[in-house]
Amino acid sequence: MTTATVGKKRASRLNFTNLFRWVVGSVAVVVIFYGSIKSVASGRLSWAQWRDLMVFGVAQGSVYALIAMGYTMVYGVLRFINFAHGEVFMSGAMIGYFVADALNRAGIWNEQPVVSLLIVLLVSMTTATSIAVILERVAYRPLRGAPRLIPLITSIGASFTLQYLFRGLFGAGTKAYPPMAAIQGKWIIFGIPILKSQVIVIGSAIVVMAGLYLFVEKTKTGRSMRAVAEDPETAALMGINVDGTIVKVFAVGGAMAGVAGALWTLVFPTVNFFSGFLPGIKAFTAAVLGGIGNIFGAMLGGVSLGMFESVGPSLVLGGYEVPAFNQLKDVVAFSALVLVLIFRPTGILGERLAQERG
Amino acid sequence: MTMRRHKYLIAVLLALALVATACAEGDAETTTTAATGTTAAPGTTAAPGTTEPSDVTADDFEAGDLGGIFIGPGEAVKIATLQAISGANASLGTDQVRAVKLALEDKGTINGHEIRLAFEEDDLCRSEGGTIGSQRIVSDPDVVGVIGTSCSGAGVPASKIVTEANRVMISGSNTSPVLTEAGGVAGPAWNEGYYRTAHNDAVQGAAAAKFVFEELGLTKVATINDGDPYTQGLTTAFEVNFEALGGEIVLSTAVGADDSDMRPVLTEVAAAGAELIFFPIFQPAGDFVAGQAKEVSGLEDVELMGADGLLSDTYVVLAQTKGMYFSGPAVPPTAAYQDMIAAYEDRFGEAPIQAFHAHAYDAAMILFAAIEKVAQVNGDAMFIDLRDVRDALYATDYQGLTGHVVCNEFGDCADPIIQIFQNTDDTPDIAAVRANRLAEYVPADLGQ
Repeated sequence: MTTATVGKKRASRLNFTNLFRWVVGSVAVVVIFYGSIKSVASGRLSWAQWRDLMVFGVAQGSVYALIAMGYTMVYGVLRFINFAHGEVFMSGAMIGYFVADALNRAGIWNEQPVVSLLIVLLVSMTTATSIAVILERVAYRPLRGAPRLIPLITSIGASFTLQYLFRGLFGAGTKAYPPMAAIQGKWIIFGIPILKSQVIVIGSAIVVMAGLYLFVEKTKTGRSMRAVAEDPETAALMGINVDGTIVKVFAVGGAMAGVAGALWTLVFPTVNFFSGFLPGIKAFTAAVLGGIGNIFGAMLGGVSLGMFESVGPSLVLGGYEVPAFNQLKDVVAFSALVLVLIFRPTGILGERLAQERG
Repeated sequence: MTMRRHKYLIAVLLALALVATACAEGDAETTTTAATGTTAAPGTTAAPGTTEPSDVTADDFEAGDLGGIFIGPGEAVKIATLQAISGANASLGTDQVRAVKLALEDKGTINGHEIRLAFEEDDLCRSEGGTIGSQRIVSDPDVVGVIGTSCSGAGVPASKIVTEANRVMISGSNTSPVLTEAGGVAGPAWNEGYYRTAHNDAVQGAAAAKFVFEELGLTKVATINDGDPYTQGLTTAFEVNFEALGGEIVLSTAVGADDSDMRPVLTEVAAAGAELIFFPIFQPAGDFVAGQAKEVSGLEDVELMGADGLLSDTYVVLAQTKGMYFSGPAVPPTAAYQDMIAAYEDRFGEAPIQAFHAHAYDAAMILFAAIEKVAQVNGDAMFIDLRDVRDALYATDYQGLTGHVVCNEFGDCADPIIQIFQNTDDTPDIAAVRANRLAEYVPADLGQ
């Protein structure tokens, strides 16, 4: 087969793909705009309610973004999806519950809310970090160099193992965090009343992600992480301890999941052994949406996904008077993912990979 | 990748399901012969010296069109439970499994044969659990009947599988109209051989609507279901009755059973101007609706009302559920019920944890009574014709803990009394909530 025929074939296929993209894209844009305009024009929800929905979306999305960090950083370095990451998140929230419960029994929970929250945060981070590091050591390091599908399957196994380990240890029942009076109610921020718990979630997420960015871009460890992501062999030749760096990547991802676990329980104060599954899937989606392997992408993807879920059903489906549309929020979120991937197959910001490795 | 993970799981489950169904069908057809095969050889069934080897076999009995189950000398009558015993709704099923065990101990034996709880399957409160659990149960050809399921969503597939395997199924807590009847018409998931001692939600929905309209004096209500047959059946019954009374359903919507962020849907509820939210769903979604309702602007004063699925020890202790109303089955007025509670506490170390233990107890008892009535006894052996069991259950007329249990042609056996309870700061546990009764309705009050 000559190069010319290959080129011709590729060109015609590209045209068809482009056509398909444009048709799907135009239909989607028309559907979304028409639905949104009808929905807004109907005046069913007031502006304050739309604004509240957006704030809910950002709060939810910033938790997704924190979890997505773990997916995206591990993918950046090892090129596989650590499906057990949702369980790392759950482990932090679960152990955090026992601490919160103990603090509540001791009467500290409502006496010293800031201290209590910090303790829960630290415990959650420590637990999640330890689990992530142990996971790397036990489940993934022995498979270094194996085909990429192998660690992927292992991670699914690790995910189930962790879920049922926690179920065996702590039972299948849902555990409810004690309510904290100090975070009930609203604060007025820029003239907008926002729930205190959401202010804390959004604020902490911004601080933590900014810290992560500085860590990766400005520190020596961060530089070695980027070097290993770029090319592990060359990095090793340059004197970087690749295994050590990978452990640090897992540790940082786990710590992010721990923060996410503690923040999640401020907004949804319950946890059970299965709590990590859905947020894990959503965060993975967020990472893909933003461009996997890309830290900024994960942040953007998380917040976008949270917004799609929160505002999307009311905005788009509400305009078409779909019955019980709130049930369809996952449909909206995943449709948004499909649409984004049709136009930008590597996510909103694109995968940030130096070169395709085998 | 996530889809693929699901696909693999589904593929494996389907393969297992196929195998299980194939086994079950084969077994059902060969019930009598299989029993003959295992019991005909003398000396294999009874320990030497204790019992005379019996020469009675399944061939000595005439089986009806559904086949029968032969119980040799010294063998047990097998029954099964299929209840939600894990996860967020574990209280609902655990409570009933315990009640079945009490009934089993109280009954003791049937014609000298021990009764054995051969399976304690988990219905997971979902259709998947109902499918898998019932297939596992019917794969044993000697199981006569199933006490289950806990949740109507699991009951829909389980009712089909169990009755197609010629066995009977009696639920103590399925309440969806689809499983039996609505307005004298068989529901879409009705099967011959399915019975329940729980009320039909046509009654509960009407009672809840009447309470909200007449006692609370509210006229604007939003309903939230989660797509499950129980929650849909109950919200529909509520809506029809509330509108008939002159009230307005300002929003009828749904959430996913696994959703945790209820604020978008609650924002819609606020925009619709609801005075009360009726959400007869399950945990954990019910936790989030109650917890987040007060956080949404415009819902600060909204009243919340749940139903029997949330009337459990794990739900009413949550801080956000204080002040909520619940509809549910009455605390049985019988003296025998007090004895049962005492036995329950004695045996399991705590008071009943949900609302349907008495119904499950009655379900087990009418099954035992039916088996006893139709059993053909020959010496130490016994034969149970499955057609006769069905007929005997339809003819049930039994004074149970929950009242007078009489089955109609659709399998509704309850003597329904619906009560409305309120969870307040003074009701620390489920028993206290069920003692804090605000109203009581029987079908006659509701024009049914």
